[in-house]
Amino acid sequence: MIASVILIGVYFQPIWMIRLEAPQYPEGIGLNIWVNKITGQQPQDLQNINGLNHYIGMKPITPDSIPELKIIPPVIGFFILSGLLVAFSGNKKLLITWVVIFVIIAISGLVDFYLWEYDYGHDLNPNAPIKVPGMSYQPPLFGAKKMLNITATSLPHIGGIIVAVSLMLGFISIYLSKSEKGN
Amino acid sequence: MRTFNKKQLIAMASIIILVGALYVGCNDKKEIFQGDAAAHVYVAPGSHDEFYGFLSGGYNGQIGVYGLPSGRHLFTIPVFSQTPVSGYGYTEESKAMFNTSYGFIPWGDAHHPKISQTDGVPDGRWIFINENNTPRIARINLKTFKTVEIIEIPNSAGNHASSFVTENTEYVSAATRFSIPITTEKDVSISSYKENFQGTISFVKVDKEQEKMSLDFQILVPGFNYDIAHAGKGPSAGWAFFTSYNSEEANTLLEINASKNDKDFIAAVNWKRAAEFAKQGKGKIIDGQHYRNYYDSKTHISKSDVIEKVRILDPKELPGILYFLPTPKSPHGVDVSPDGKLIVAGGKLATVIPVHSFEKMVKAIEEKNFEGEVSGIPVLKYDAIIAGEVQNPGLGPLHTEFDGKGYAYTTSFISSEIVKWSLETFQVVDRIQTYYSPGHLMIPGGDSRKPWGKYLVALNKITKDRYLPTGPELFHSAQLIDISGAKMKLLLDFPTEGEPHYAQGIAAEVIKDNQIRFYKIEDNHHPYVTKSERDAKVVREGNVVRVYMTSIRSHFNPDNIEGIKVGDEVYFHVTNLEQDWDLPHGFAVLGANNAELLIMPGETQTMRWIPKKAGIYPFYCSDFCSALHQEMQGYIRVSPAGSNVAIKYGTGN
Repeated sequence: MIASVILIGVYFQPIWMIRLEAPQYPEGIGLNIWVNKITGQQPQDLQNINGLNHYIGMKPITPDSIPELKIIPPVIGFFILSGLLVAFSGNKKLLITWVVIFVIIAISGLVDFYLWEYDYGHDLNPNAPIKVPGMSYQPPLFGAKKMLNITATSLPHIGGIIVAVSLMLGFISIYLSKSEKGN
Repeated sequence: MRTFNKKQLIAMASIIILVGALYVGCNDKKEIFQGDAAAHVYVAPGSHDEFYGFLSGGYNGQIGVYGLPSGRHLFTIPVFSQTPVSGYGYTEESKAMFNTSYGFIPWGDAHHPKISQTDGVPDGRWIFINENNTPRIARINLKTFKTVEIIEIPNSAGNHASSFVTENTEYVSAATRFSIPITTEKDVSISSYKENFQGTISFVKVDKEQEKMSLDFQILVPGFNYDIAHAGKGPSAGWAFFTSYNSEEANTLLEINASKNDKDFIAAVNWKRAAEFAKQGKGKIIDGQHYRNYYDSKTHISKSDVIEKVRILDPKELPGILYFLPTPKSPHGVDVSPDGKLIVAGGKLATVIPVHSFEKMVKAIEEKNFEGEVSGIPVLKYDAIIAGEVQNPGLGPLHTEFDGKGYAYTTSFISSEIVKWSLETFQVVDRIQTYYSPGHLMIPGGDSRKPWGKYLVALNKITKDRYLPTGPELFHSAQLIDISGAKMKLLLDFPTEGEPHYAQGIAAEVIKDNQIRFYKIEDNHHPYVTKSERDAKVVREGNVVRVYMTSIRSHFNPDNIEGIKVGDEVYFHVTNLEQDWDLPHGFAVLGANNAELLIMPGETQTMRWIPKKAGIYPFYCSDFCSALHQEMQGYIRVSPAGSNVAIKYGTGN
């Protein structure tokens, strides 16, 4: 049950973040990816990241053009409601099903995120002012990577951690219900 | 690469200094460093200074901003002088800041900066500075380091005793260094000085909510030269003190004729009482045309108001607002101790530093302990008000600041030194040479109720051999002196721009976190703003052509413009669309009889251009903005007058 309730928090905190650091950006600039939007960590960061990206021919990041941002919120809603139902029902099979679907969706979310990153990093405008042979600009899925002068770091934000904790709670409840049975 | 820790660096610096000192010591008898001076002023790369220092630029009309203790020159704030580096005074937006009742004035002589105060402590909101030549006072916003208001002082000449603020920035003061005919006929013989020449002491009200200065009242005073001022604080907060010289009322060869009297005066003004009289409608309304120029905070365009009349109070008719404190020999500085109880005068030709007691002054006024009157103004008895005289203060004492720990520091111009003396015993306890001939000195907060008594800056008038020579003209020199211990220690010698008169210092943390990094584009209400590249356009209105242009890394929009004709009046309204810190774009056009534009992110600036010859005119960004800055350029086609080339513009087609 707690697993579902804390999921509500996902609506209020970004799931993931990408930070860029460069000599010219001593304080760094960054993006927060929410269930339904992408924002700059400072209000102007998104504009500035798009401004930087245009030199290498990367498509501007326009949150309106990313359909996933419209799909994710109801999906999370589904997990909250279904998780609550599962909790009240106390049915272990349903619980396992809930956790398994959740894992599948979470993994496909990460795969989808990777594909977007791949697309941004590789689908470059051939007229870009800066072209480095063999260079692509895909940010890492998890961890840090140096691309030209910029070090990009990609990490789960609070929302992402909530998802992970929620999943872990799901697993724990499976384990607990197992031991209950054993007793 | 090997890196060094702080201790190693200090050790190395000390060795270098030691070797340097020995070497110089063999060649030169001059005192160079004492001990580990370099370590005290060493601010590691990437680290910030502890204090901001605001040094007036004197005849450059600006304020120089320096980091202390490093002495690094951080910025120059354009105030009274046209500044081509940023287009200040050249752009359509800023021109009005230079309006006066004498017309557009491109230059000013900046003297005494003063940070706004709350409860007698510098609050870091604004800094004020006076213009001596054509009397004006400017207000600078310390969130943007930008001059946002300039008010002219009418019925005045030589606005020297300015701009000193009262304890809660209720008023900023101004006074006449040069007396002139004010209430009398203006076209008179100069030799009729004694009959016709008068001075004024002005109080400019600061409306803190509206962020607006207005001349509340002027006080008509005898025709002496009013020199420097300081407002009281604590018990003396309702008073302000103005030194005067030339009580001889000489109008020629003042160096001899104005140095005759044994004593001149400090004018003690009860400004609270005067303000009450003004509020009651006392005094007279007289002619006093003056300009008030200010930046509209929404449009970032300067505007001018013209005010025709002023209120003038005559202290002969309104008793209790003005008294004279006799003070030896042409006093220059007047400084009030942090507790507000002592009034220190710098009698520049005197052999002592006279220190008046505020308490005794009030008592003498109550007891009418007067030695007489001058032009109807009561003169208090010297012996009745003096708290003490500092003996042997050096030659030519000028200005005093305080460390908040019971000591005062006075510059002595002629003997080129600073003397430290006790506010309890009036005894000199230490002295140090400066290089050379200090005018003002500055301790951060040293004229306030709470000085940061750690460093002192000597602002010298003569440089001579202190630095590598640069021909006949030299920057003025300053010395940073450590005053944290019993003995003053020379730490650093650094050149300063223009002629710093007075200066202000403030702990960096009071203002550093308030800095605006850029202007939000959505808050830009300039009438000719272009908020996105889609809105860029060129519009002809008769022979006026308005170019609504944007700049963002690394292009202008439009960057190709045709249809301009010789004799057109072209306005380039350039909006910098960047929303990031430290990303100004410049804008310069071949052959423009004008300065460049330097447009801060989110700002719109306008250059007026009247092309004189047909041809192709390149324009470009003059501030290296990005890796493709050299590509940030465009072309304007100018056709002969009367040709029928249509307006055409674009970017990237």
